[in-house]
Amino acid sequence: MGVPISVTVNGQHRESEVDSRTLLVQFIREELRLTGTHVGCDTSSCGACTIIMDGKAVKSCTVLAASANGSDITTIEGLAQNGELHPLQEGFKEEHGLQCGFCTPGMIMTAVQLLEDNPQPSEAEIRHGLEGNYCRCTGYHNIVKAIYHASRKYKEVSHG
Amino acid sequence: MIQCKTSKEIGGMGHSMRRKEDARFIQGKGQYVDDIKLPEMLYMDIVRSPFAYAKITNINIEKAMALPGVLAVITGKDLEQYNLHWMPTLMSDTQMVLPVDTVMYQSQEVAAVIATERYIAADAVELVEVEYEPMQPVMDPYKAMEADAPVLRIDKEGKTDNHIWHWEAGDKEATDRIFDDAEVKVKEQMHIPRIHVASIETCGCVANYDKVNNHLTMYMTTQAPHAIRTVIALVAGHVGLTEEKVRVISPDIGGGFGGKVPVYPGYVIAIAASFLIGKPVKWIEDRSENLQADSFARDYHITAEMAGTKDGKILATRFKLLCDHGYTDAAANPSKFPTGLFSICTGSYDYGHSYAEADAVYTNKPPGGVAYRCSFRVTEAVHAIERITDCYAQEINKDPAQLRFDNFINKDQFPYKSALGWEYDSGDYHQGLQKAMEVVGYDDLRKEQAEKRARGELMGIGISTFTEIVGAGPSREFDILGIKMFDSAEIRVHPTGKAIARFGTKSQGQGHETTYAQIVAEELGIPAEHIQVEEGDTDTAPYGLGTYASRSTPTAGAAAAIASRKLREKAKKIAAYLLEVSEEDLEWEPGKFFVKGAPDKAKTIQEIVFAAYTNHPQGMEAGFEATHYYDPPNLTFPSGAYICVVDIDKETGEVKVRRFVAIDDCGHIINPMIVQGQVHGGLTQGLAPALYEELIYDEEGNILNGTFMDYLVPTAVESPSWETGHTVTPSPHHPIGAKGVGESPTVGAPPAIVNAVVDALSHLGVTHMEIPITAPKVWKILKEKGAL
Repeated sequence: MGVPISVTVNGQHRESEVDSRTLLVQFIREELRLTGTHVGCDTSSCGACTIIMDGKAVKSCTVLAASANGSDITTIEGLAQNGELHPLQEGFKEEHGLQCGFCTPGMIMTAVQLLEDNPQPSEAEIRHGLEGNYCRCTGYHNIVKAIYHASRKYKEVSHG
Repeated sequence: MIQCKTSKEIGGMGHSMRRKEDARFIQGKGQYVDDIKLPEMLYMDIVRSPFAYAKITNINIEKAMALPGVLAVITGKDLEQYNLHWMPTLMSDTQMVLPVDTVMYQSQEVAAVIATERYIAADAVELVEVEYEPMQPVMDPYKAMEADAPVLRIDKEGKTDNHIWHWEAGDKEATDRIFDDAEVKVKEQMHIPRIHVASIETCGCVANYDKVNNHLTMYMTTQAPHAIRTVIALVAGHVGLTEEKVRVISPDIGGGFGGKVPVYPGYVIAIAASFLIGKPVKWIEDRSENLQADSFARDYHITAEMAGTKDGKILATRFKLLCDHGYTDAAANPSKFPTGLFSICTGSYDYGHSYAEADAVYTNKPPGGVAYRCSFRVTEAVHAIERITDCYAQEINKDPAQLRFDNFINKDQFPYKSALGWEYDSGDYHQGLQKAMEVVGYDDLRKEQAEKRARGELMGIGISTFTEIVGAGPSREFDILGIKMFDSAEIRVHPTGKAIARFGTKSQGQGHETTYAQIVAEELGIPAEHIQVEEGDTDTAPYGLGTYASRSTPTAGAAAAIASRKLREKAKKIAAYLLEVSEEDLEWEPGKFFVKGAPDKAKTIQEIVFAAYTNHPQGMEAGFEATHYYDPPNLTFPSGAYICVVDIDKETGEVKVRRFVAIDDCGHIINPMIVQGQVHGGLTQGLAPALYEELIYDEEGNILNGTFMDYLVPTAVESPSWETGHTVTPSPHHPIGAKGVGESPTVGAPPAIVNAVVDALSHLGVTHMEIPITAPKVWKILKEKGAL
């Protein structure tokens, strides 16, 4: 039996009917064809599927699409606004915070919440905040720098 | 500082140009294999064995077939009808695609389900009923070598034991004589455990067979698309899939590290399924399948020995290896090198004698082993030499840095012939270690260590000064399945001066779209921004053996430089024609030819290219393109000097890497930012096996940590902030003097970390620690030594 759901994804209202067991990541990737959200494991360990749901970074492989009913979702595709990259996207490019790019969307979405909660994090706080996201290419070094880069940009913006 | 010959606008070598590929990755627009969705596409999922060794007595597919949406369940018996149930490995061994009667390792593929939806395929896997008769597996490679061990590969006619091959290098008698007479001998047994590349993207494919045109398009996670196309044609040519009917496309790849070189059964079954059903078939393995069944890396048991004088002169080394390959030798080495390039084990030191021998053995573990971010067993070799060198220093109570200085090959000794026959191209090992010691503050650290030791605190300093061997390789010795290991570049410059450059390699995150463009920009003066790099499509790219073993820059990068130089020669002729001077009167600076002594009389590369299409000299071929297949004259020998500082928590045994200084020498640098990024990543993949990662099996053949819940990939918390730097000793034989860098840190980091831990514990009589050095292991030693 299908379950009707209604969600807002990257500012667009979407209505659909999903199988009760369909994972949110499957719905986002297969039904909405937003393939920037990736699957890297089957144990909620790697964080490649991280999205923002109602203001919180969540692993979309561990959420049922049906339980996302009524929620407001942002995926990596919805981060740039009016053709302007988000400061984190800019930071990842500037600081070489990505290599193969597979973990990158999840890293960026996790960092969105990290900076939301703590706009001026220390290195240790950034590292701790990334604990649920695996990267195999960068050794995290430049990811930390990328987030720091973005945090400085946040500061500039907030101080006008 | 790196000197750049080109302006920032041109962006040739030495510029930290931001990556061209990043725009799509940071906006979720990468195209990985699981992002591909074709009309009428079907999904494949795989039934896997719960046993490590068992007879299959029956497979009942009825319930699975009855599930709505299931189109087929494919077993070994189905493939047997087409003679597709076995396949060759890259090491000329054989491997089951699907078993007909016996499974040889846990999680081996047993049957495949094809369904209209991914979830239905997964449901049907649960409904396939397989009856097994389990047998006692052979898990210990030493037991597998015993005379009464059960013979595992009974499929091989006349096989009477589990031995795969024997290999040796060096002069045994002469080396033994040195050992017999030596003042000092040290010996250590070390295991380089079985680990997994664990790229964040698993393996997968979409096989799309078009019945009408008898054509297969294979989208797959492969580091070597051309080689795969040839293999498909060799294996399936008899059913009509000849090489011109096969197109392999390697889309964006989410990390490879060697794990995406082999051909896995899943790929072959997907092709067979698409061929039989006539629709596209997608197969994407999940993480557990990836860790449990795809090629492992390492698993070498090494006995290392060093002989020397009392005052610290190395005289000889000996190495004896037992190589556990699991069920089949599915390594991905060049064919003449069963132990890969282990014979780099003589290291960075000048001595005359070495002997190494290896035996490989079958066990009931998954097959492999791939060259995980390493140029074919160089990691194992470097671990052995750098560890045993420290054992020697400890034995004679000499500072490990001083011992290295006293034994390094001098920079004026290059090209240097090693005791096992390699010709090292260039190096300056003294400079590298000197620099690393200055950066880390070695003398102060030794003082600090002494003070801490007096207070009962545990701190250690570990050094690794390694030499790598990469860039396979010269065609006289290097091939895979007979195909020589050259690589290629094809450059087409369009009339308006913008270019597309295609290569036989395939980036998996290394940044080829940027660095190759920078090489062409360096040579032709066309801005790197205007050079589009393309790889991975066998219909369009020139033939090459792919990206692994740090070979892209040494081979395809060289091809890019030489193809560009061919174009520059042509440009010179056109410029002479346009300027009405002779070629000898022209001089080149990046981006233009000008008349000597009259710099105003010049033609830019863009004007020249335009003329190649609109106003080329009569008698000259029109157009502006060139191809080069580069066969390297030698390998390249990057080196590094790494120093690691660890603190050990006495209460828990936890090792904390406080500092890690990595001074690399990869010759001329194309993009410093990318090189540094490669080093960071490689160091973390060196930290991982040193402290955390190991695939563990019990005696029944069960894997004990086959998921990301228990296979400990380091996170940002465990990883330190890396300190990097470099020395530059160009390769004398490479067109742009580059050597390759991606693997140096993976190879060099583990022994630096182990040496630091042993150094921290040396006053307790500890001479060696097996990796991974987990907290319980350290705690146990501290307890045994009464140091808690």
